[in-house]
Amino acid sequence: MSNAPHPPRGPDAALMSLIGSLTGDVTNRRLAILLVALVAVFGLIIGEGFFTKATVQSMAFQLPELGILSLAMMITLISGGLNLSIISTANLCALAMAYIMTKMLPGTEGFAFVGWQIVAIAVGLLIASIIGLVNGFIIAYLGVSPILTTLGTMTMVKGIGIGMTRGNVISGLPDSIVFLGNGTVVGIPTAMLVFAVVAIPMAIALGRTPFGAATYMIGSNEKATQFSGIDTKRVILRIYVISSLLAAVAGLVMMARFNSANASYAESYLLVTILAAVLGGVDPMGGFGKIAGVILSLVILQVISSAFNLLNFSQFLTLAIWGAILVGVTAVPNIRKRLGLID
Amino acid sequence: MPENFARFRRSHEFWLLSVILILVVGLSVMTEGFLTLQNLFDLLTSYAFLGILASGLLVVLISGGIDISFTATASIAQYITMLLANKYGLNWFIVFAIASVVGIALGAINAVLIDRLNISSIIVSIATLNIFYGLLVFITGGKYIYSLPPWFSHGIYWFEYVDADEISYGINLQILALAVMFTLTWLILNRTNIGRQIYALGGNREAAQRLGFNVFRLNILVYCYMGLTAGVASLIQAQLAQSVAPTVLVGKELDVLAAVVLGGASLAGGVGTVFGTILGLTLLAVMQNGLILLGVSSYYSQFFVGLVILLSVSATALSARRKRKGVMTE
Repeated sequence: MSNAPHPPRGPDAALMSLIGSLTGDVTNRRLAILLVALVAVFGLIIGEGFFTKATVQSMAFQLPELGILSLAMMITLISGGLNLSIISTANLCALAMAYIMTKMLPGTEGFAFVGWQIVAIAVGLLIASIIGLVNGFIIAYLGVSPILTTLGTMTMVKGIGIGMTRGNVISGLPDSIVFLGNGTVVGIPTAMLVFAVVAIPMAIALGRTPFGAATYMIGSNEKATQFSGIDTKRVILRIYVISSLLAAVAGLVMMARFNSANASYAESYLLVTILAAVLGGVDPMGGFGKIAGVILSLVILQVISSAFNLLNFSQFLTLAIWGAILVGVTAVPNIRKRLGLID
Repeated sequence: MPENFARFRRSHEFWLLSVILILVVGLSVMTEGFLTLQNLFDLLTSYAFLGILASGLLVVLISGGIDISFTATASIAQYITMLLANKYGLNWFIVFAIASVVGIALGAINAVLIDRLNISSIIVSIATLNIFYGLLVFITGGKYIYSLPPWFSHGIYWFEYVDADEISYGINLQILALAVMFTLTWLILNRTNIGRQIYALGGNREAAQRLGFNVFRLNILVYCYMGLTAGVASLIQAQLAQSVAPTVLVGKELDVLAAVVLGGASLAGGVGTVFGTILGLTLLAVMQNGLILLGVSSYYSQFFVGLVILLSVSATALSARRKRKGVMTE
């Protein structure tokens, strides 16, 4: 990469570099190299055990939870915001869905059985939409900073969950839901399919629609976007609703995997989702980031986690290595600049 | 004086103070336990940990950065200090010195990564939070330290005063440390050249650089000060909890952030006061305490805290907007 041709000078340079950053090619190439290196190293240390179907499948089981949550975080980061309420939203929606599914389901089959599950999921998505609207309204129309707004909703939404359940767990979900978290379809974990079902439309929405373009532009320069005739407030409102809906899907997957719901599950994931997104090339100041990069970053984090698990290393060591990788990867371009390798 | 008051009336602090006063008056009327000396001392003691950290985070936010690794820093400082105190005896001065040095060293790591590698402070501190915390729990195996040196467990109690009900009050370690750190932060921000430079750096980094400020030195100062406050806060927390647990502090970073930002500090940098931070913290403390005294189920207390944060920031944003409109039409 060091001997890559210099970008053309002149008025096109800025545009070219913008396009280069938008495609995220450099980041993705760097992440891909890192991934290959990690797989090679762990493969050598662990041996064949690292490449068994069971290992790969267990990775595919674990990735979607953090993955969907990271997408929920990512879309707000791209717009120059942040959503700290994703975990509490996921939990509250899961609680509502679990409540309906454990209290209302008649029998184990039939029309009403399926119907109530659809109702439960619809209620979960409805709650998520409301939280998203509250976030989006306060951020876009009242002009409060996203970190403060979502800190408030995070606390409030978690408070609702704790208040309604007194901190208890709701468990014992129907088999159809458990299958969503623990079953496989032709060898592929169902949760992975759910991840694909949300990631692909999101990639299309971000990359190929006016909404996506507006999201990136708002992240780069909100004022300029507004003056270019885009209703930025509406776009921001939609961004936070989408983020919330993704959180609700993550809540569904978590609930399915644990076969239970609780107001304070997975709280340690909150900052990890930012870590995953930023490692994947999302600029925390907004404007840049691609789904492909975030997926690569999620795979890297998962590979490290699974390998350390096989090596019997502590989970906390995994956490430390994740942090170190984040610093390492974000530092690379700056170190290269410092050493004079690029401009 | 009227001019000063008029300016104060429009400030963020005035809004906060009004809300707090309404809450205080309401709680004093509605509950018996709120406006007692004992309750006030208890509140100060239990919020000292968050308060000391808030004073450090305030300085970081004013400089235009952010730090969320301080809970991990505090956990490490606490663990190392108490391990050494148990082994070698030590005394008050030395334990605070050790905790401060550990905090400052970890703060320096943040500053170097942020400044030299030119990575944004939020990324660095998320990374170092994971690195510090992960390594601490990995190395210690997450084991608690239950037995602390007797002199440490006993704490400090000055100006003891016993009232008619034989309840004793006094300036304890927590209150003392809180007062010292708030005063120190106020002095740095308002009475030193460095303080003005920190405001300038947060207000306009480019301008500060062109004026010839040594940005690296300022960053080192800011993040080391954050580390220092984490070190001090960690010890008074250990003294209050009477134990050291490597896993209990991490997760509280957003509570501290909420207090500081409620107090009017801007995440964009350049804005924020010690008085505002004290008010932000007071609002959270009074509210949580009030909910308990009012007999609201503790399960719902988080809900109300979140609600008040949302209402308070929305009201502030609306009043700021009205102010801007007023200026434009004048």
